Amino acid sequence: MELWYTENHTDEVKFSIKVEEHLYSNQSKFQKIDVFKSNEFGTFFTLDGLMMVTEKDEFIYHDMIVHTALATNPNIKKVLVIGAGDGGTIRELTRYKTIEKIDLVEIDEEVVTVCQKFLPQTSEKLEDERVSMYFEDGLKFVRMTEKKYDLIIVDSTDPFGPGEGLFTAEFYGNCYKALSGEGILINQHESPYYDEFANNMKRAHKRIKEIFPICSVYQAHIPTYPSGHWLFGFASKKHDPIKDLKKEEWNKLGLKTKYYNTDLHVGCFALPNYVKEMLNNV
Amino acid sequence: MDIERQKETPLVEALKIYKKSRIVSFDVPGHKQGKSFKGLTDFFGEDCIKVDVNSMKPLDNLANPTSVIKKSEELMAEAFNVSKAFFMVGGTTSSVQAMLMSTLKEGDKIILPRNVHRSAINALILIGAIPIYINPGVEKNIGIALGMKTEDIIDAMDNNEGVKCVFVNNPTYYGICSDLKTIIEEAHKREVLVLCDEAHGTHFYFNDRLPKGGMELGADMASVSMHKTGGSLTQSSALLVNAKRINSNYVRTVINITQTTSASYLLMASLDIARKNLSLEGEKTFNKVLDLCDYARKEINKIEGYYAFSKELINNKNVFDFDETKLCVNTKNIGLAGIEVYDCLRDDYEIQIEFGDISNILAIVSVGDNEFTIERLVASLGEIKRRKEKKEQGDFIFEYIEPVVVTTPKYAFYAEQKTVEIKKSKGLVSGEFIMAYPPGIPILAPGERITEEVLNYVEYAKRKGSYLLGTEDIEVNYIKVSEEL
Repeated sequence: MELWYTENHTDEVKFSIKVEEHLYSNQSKFQKIDVFKSNEFGTFFTLDGLMMVTEKDEFIYHDMIVHTALATNPNIKKVLVIGAGDGGTIRELTRYKTIEKIDLVEIDEEVVTVCQKFLPQTSEKLEDERVSMYFEDGLKFVRMTEKKYDLIIVDSTDPFGPGEGLFTAEFYGNCYKALSGEGILINQHESPYYDEFANNMKRAHKRIKEIFPICSVYQAHIPTYPSGHWLFGFASKKHDPIKDLKKEEWNKLGLKTKYYNTDLHVGCFALPNYVKEMLNNV
Repeated sequence: MDIERQKETPLVEALKIYKKSRIVSFDVPGHKQGKSFKGLTDFFGEDCIKVDVNSMKPLDNLANPTSVIKKSEELMAEAFNVSKAFFMVGGTTSSVQAMLMSTLKEGDKIILPRNVHRSAINALILIGAIPIYINPGVEKNIGIALGMKTEDIIDAMDNNEGVKCVFVNNPTYYGICSDLKTIIEEAHKREVLVLCDEAHGTHFYFNDRLPKGGMELGADMASVSMHKTGGSLTQSSALLVNAKRINSNYVRTVINITQTTSASYLLMASLDIARKNLSLEGEKTFNKVLDLCDYARKEINKIEGYYAFSKELINNKNVFDFDETKLCVNTKNIGLAGIEVYDCLRDDYEIQIEFGDISNILAIVSVGDNEFTIERLVASLGEIKRRKEKKEQGDFIFEYIEPVVVTTPKYAFYAEQKTVEIKKSKGLVSGEFIMAYPPGIPILAPGERITEEVLNYVEYAKRKGSYLLGTEDIEVNYIKVSEEL
């Protein structure tokens, strides 16, 4: 008997991974959480059947969502992370000794509990003393926070279900309000390839562009995400991701990364023509 | 209410059986369960199109129900605890009109608040009854029309011969309730009927934290807009009857004068399903809605400049109670018109609310909402203030204009008319409506004298950007007047 995990990337395209063991399955208050073990991708977890994190390729996503901002402004002290209950983003952030405070806002506490149990690779640093966890709606948190952050990372699910509010104009506007003058907003920006994801991407870009003076998009290759071609948003009040890149300063830190490097930093903002066109036309 | 019985949906069950049967149709509708062409099924789905059918033996007939529609209407009556309920498929407008047409005859008088829905005045055009309007008063700070004072109704009943009915909004569009219990007692003492327009009050019957439904208080008829807050499909409604003073067979006859003989089974089935849901889940659902509204109000009121008003308006005169599910927010003090905030919510934040007037917006919170959607609304309002707040505060003062009723709306409507420039219409008798939002009160109705006060107000409302409508000329520069009067 063979057991396969399958995600529909579109109504007519499927992506499957052969599963060795179904480790966990439960409907939380917000979503269905599943954890699988596979030979090809190691342990991976899904929300409502959609791929979130695999042990094998999570380094790409977490490198890119964190280091791009920190190499642009190595003086970041206060960070807000929304989503990210798996802990991978937090793990990368805690590698910077200069970061003083990390607030993590995750709607679903059960995601954290499950990842702490099954995915120590990503969740190991959630206990870091600089990390405070809040289990609530990200939109509500940014709307109400009186703190000022130097960096907000939106490590959200797709914009349907509980993640929907994290793709809206009011969310980005409230992020702008919650950022210091040095502030940078990084968001998981969906994919340009399949229509449904491309529409989400265009919508998010349009909204962010209306709010932030500096707004660009960069890319990475993530094998387990739909089409494998994934985008991130870089928006900021002051720092330009390329002109202000602190190449030497960042390299001096001596952080060992598996995907990110400062050459790639410049290169990842160079986008294919069809993607540029989509972004220009929003 | 027998909960076990309320679990049944007779009309829906009959449609399910019909769907499974392999009947060959040689009747209307001509799309033949969607088999004629693919377009309908592609868009609406096969399940939906298959039950878009005509009246037939196993599915009963709305004009004269004897089986499954009859049973479904009975369950509706039980759910609202009334003697008779009619399914209506022409919107609550048709319910209101049926209510008036079955209680009034030419020359009869009816007492109604001036901020009545135009469907009621339109019904008077058909009937030839004489309106006696009550001034609802206006809340000066927030600029909305209120309810009727009981003493004004008593005065109107005692000082006019031939009053047949009192017509009450329960609640108004903005959620304001009059003292319906006392109004009903006083009216019945004088053998006057009480009719309730509950277009915005269906939910009142299913949760004790809400104001009371008119029929619970002994009203004679009520029009409940099941589709507005009850969860059924748009255009479906119900007319409730208390048989003590009303002959419901006569009501059926009146309904059949204007109601379609091809009533939509989609609409009727949705009434069946929504009624079941209200009976079984209503209390729980509206508890949740009320909690969401409480939360939203608290959070919105923390944003300086917005005022989400509620029960503090109650003064036991023209505000006897308030429907807290109407999330109405005054925007005057952020220097933006309600309509500007309304547009901004839709264009910039993809949030569609019910309406915006000069100084308020109204968001309807219902069964379909949750914590996340409320959070989006609150966050967007915060953003709109941050981005768009203006210093200057527009003020819009509404003065109630006592209507001078010269003749019945019917006479004025059917009389020979001519079109004149509105500026030159002083002293003439209007053949048309002029409505102004805000505060949602007719400035003129057919049969009323165009006074200097009216003309000044039209001018003022236009200048202030109030939304005027009702005349054939959409700019409201010209008005049709009656030639004979």
